[in-house]
Amino acid sequence: MKLTDIVCFDGIVAQLKSKQRDGAIGELVGALAKAKKIPANSADAITKSVIKRENEASTGIGKGVAVPHVKHPMVKEPVAVVGCSAEGLDFSSLDKQPVYSVILLVSPMDNPDKHLQAMETVFRNLQKDDFRRFLRQAQSVEEIREVILDADGGGTD
Amino acid sequence: MTDVVHEIEVEIRNIQGLHLRPAMQIIDLAGGFKSQITVSSDKDTADAKSIMQMMLLRATCGTKLKVRACGNDAKEALKAIQELVEEKHFDEPLPGLTA
Repeated sequence: MKLTDIVCFDGIVAQLKSKQRDGAIGELVGALAKAKKIPANSADAITKSVIKRENEASTGIGKGVAVPHVKHPMVKEPVAVVGCSAEGLDFSSLDKQPVYSVILLVSPMDNPDKHLQAMETVFRNLQKDDFRRFLRQAQSVEEIREVILDADGGGTD
Repeated sequence: MTDVVHEIEVEIRNIQGLHLRPAMQIIDLAGGFKSQITVSSDKDTADAKSIMQMMLLRATCGTKLKVRACGNDAKEALKAIQELVEEKHFDEPLPGLTA
């Protein structure tokens, strides 16, 4: 699985307006709805369940990135959106540092293996210093798109 | 002898597999031990104290993982990890049981 298999390019948010975690999650779920990856009328419910999940245990895994996620019956395949915050967001991260890049993932309810595959794809890239740096430096939707396309083309299986 | 590597095999038993929260539980646990601890699937080996690496194992329900520890508290560390994975199964549902 590659990033392009899961990332919804139409949902990329180059500059998150919200300075708060919950607001940023809402923006990203909203972007997924706008891109018609989730039904518009389930956006609020999905936002709430992502926040609930986040409150149980932070997905701020350190090094400036967070991977909020949830499983939801309205999606058939895992779908992710990417959002960037120049100022940084407080995700109560493992390393207590702000989060500059958020990859939000919605996975199907009844396919845990697919979810693990999607998470592996995301983490395989996030563990690369260059990927995190380029993602943080990207200023526009087009630049973020290029970072993702480059990551997929960069010798991953 | 502190340089002996101890090894056990554990099976992931919860339906959802080794997703982020269970992986975090292993990391929390492993972090409490001084030993070097690794977790290996057929394909990859991850540092049990690194969330980035642990998520690359993609360990689904039924996956068998080798856990290796090296250090003074290696045996205790492996026992604790075995208990978390196989006995407590991360406090998550097993196949065939409803939550």
